[in-house]
Amino acid sequence: MATVPLSQAKPGRTQGSAGDGPTPKKGGRLNLSGYWLYLIPGFILITLIVIVPLVWNIYLSFTSYRGIRPPKWIGFDNWIELFADGKFWTSFGNSVALIIAMVIIPTLVGLVLAAMLFDLIGKKFGGRLASFLRATYYLPQILPVAVGAIVIGWILRPDNGALNEILGAVGLSGLEHNWLGSPDTALLSIMAVMVWIQIGYPVVIFMAALQRVDPELYEAAELDGANWFQRFRSITVTIIRPEIFVVTLTSTIAALKVFGPIYTLTRGGPGNSTIVPSYYSYSEFFQSQQVGYGATIATALTIVIVVVSVFFIKAQNRAEEAESDR
Amino acid sequence: MATIAPQSVRSTVDPTGKRDNTFKVRKRKSNRTVGDWFILLAAIIVGLLIVVPFYLIIINSFKTAGDYATGGALQWPAQISFDGITKFWNRVNFPEKLWNSILISTVVAFLAMIVSVLNAYAIGIGRVKGRTWIVVLFLLANVLPQEALLYPLYFMFKSIGLYDNVWSVIIIFTVIQSAFGTYLLSSVYGTFPKEILEAASLDGASRWTILWRVIVPISRPTLSVLLIFFFIWTWNEFLIPLTFLVSNSNQTVPIAIASLQGDRLMDVTTTSASALLGLIPTLIFFLIFQRTLTRGITAGAVK
Repeated sequence: MATVPLSQAKPGRTQGSAGDGPTPKKGGRLNLSGYWLYLIPGFILITLIVIVPLVWNIYLSFTSYRGIRPPKWIGFDNWIELFADGKFWTSFGNSVALIIAMVIIPTLVGLVLAAMLFDLIGKKFGGRLASFLRATYYLPQILPVAVGAIVIGWILRPDNGALNEILGAVGLSGLEHNWLGSPDTALLSIMAVMVWIQIGYPVVIFMAALQRVDPELYEAAELDGANWFQRFRSITVTIIRPEIFVVTLTSTIAALKVFGPIYTLTRGGPGNSTIVPSYYSYSEFFQSQQVGYGATIATALTIVIVVVSVFFIKAQNRAEEAESDR
Repeated sequence: MATIAPQSVRSTVDPTGKRDNTFKVRKRKSNRTVGDWFILLAAIIVGLLIVVPFYLIIINSFKTAGDYATGGALQWPAQISFDGITKFWNRVNFPEKLWNSILISTVVAFLAMIVSVLNAYAIGIGRVKGRTWIVVLFLLANVLPQEALLYPLYFMFKSIGLYDNVWSVIIIFTVIQSAFGTYLLSSVYGTFPKEILEAASLDGASRWTILWRVIVPISRPTLSVLLIFFFIWTWNEFLIPLTFLVSNSNQTVPIAIASLQGDRLMDVTTTSASALLGLIPTLIFFLIFQRTLTRGITAGAVK
């Protein structure tokens, strides 16, 4: 409703620009003033829901706050505590494990799978089969992560779970295990969950990217005697590098943010063997009521994510410049 | 930075490669080597490994706990039973959770799209000053871990009485999703043909009219991809609904399912049924929107 005067104010102005209109080669542009009005709702929302809370959270990281009495300023105490906190470093170590599971393995395997589907299966066995397989790989990606975690968690059940049953059936009952309940395998199990969830994402992106690869380049390389792996490395990987950047960046951010699977499957346990920063801060907020310290962990996680993003984007830009200089 | 051209959003993915290859494909089809068959086999085995968990969940959701105890997880159900499913369905009042999820995701998808369109109109077409920084700001909002906003938001919504109310989640996700939408749509609108805008303003159309009568209809393919993505992303969200929707009657599907894990009343087949009920809705979206989705997923990464 508030937009009515706005739209009435417009015709006069656009008429002005219409005056420039007939000579588009010279002036050729629309009147651009006043567009900022359209940013108002978006700006108000992002200020209230993102900027204010973010600044507030940073402030809380310098306070002692248990959620009841007002926050008390304690300077850098939380930050000093954080750097000496073994649990915090464990949580980041586990994030690195999740990066292996969600970035490194899926990107490498995804590259090979995408190349297999696109180059070979798509061309020799038909596109339908290739896109069917691609859809199959992508299936776990559509699930809510928490539900995906429950699916695998169900298979890893300790007493009567499917995995232990399979191991027993093939004569490997010695390997039967309480997968999520023992400190030695809990993190590996979570990693397996994440690989399963993540694998389809790079496959789909890389397959689309591969369409840019000129088949003649491949044939030329083949004639020059390059084997499949050489062609793959020097042609495919070079051409789809922008997509590799995007996939690694978005997956790294996702890996640093993992929360749902930890919450549903292990709650960070047993011990701290599967704790991650996001779960750690959540539990400080709502279980230990150490809001100030939880805010410190969350702020540290934010800094890491922003630094990683900036680093990635810088690296990509540099690679692009190097490319265009050639 | 990856920017998205509208053409790439509209183009469909053709896994067989470029069209003009058909001739070569036909020529080659006959010389499949043993190695090719091995690679196909490998690709199929990977596919099976990915699908097996779904298969196990499906067959075991239709067993009774007794059937599971005697036959184990791998056997086909001795008799189709809906015990697990009905037990879980009634226990969480599944239709209510489904409704909450549908309501939240639908409202968020539409509101976030409207906000994205308004922002992108100013940034992409209006080319407002400082637009690069504005886009970076919106991108930042999307990249931030939600934990960094969680406690202040919890406090804010508690003090205005919207805590434990679906609207708190709707407002938060409208902003978070529109941040991504603004980023994507701004670059799409940045390449919008100027001639069309000039023609429309020559006809005396106001800016507001141009937006809704010209730009929105033309960018409908992109907007529909965004709408579906916003819906599914919101459906799949976990941390914020978990924190804000504490009472049972407000919970979404993923939260209701996750919060019952480890419950004493959840026997092995009921747990399996809970996973099945959690994955069915998203599976249905996937089947309905498969084409749009593959278009969108790849569009996001293509320069």
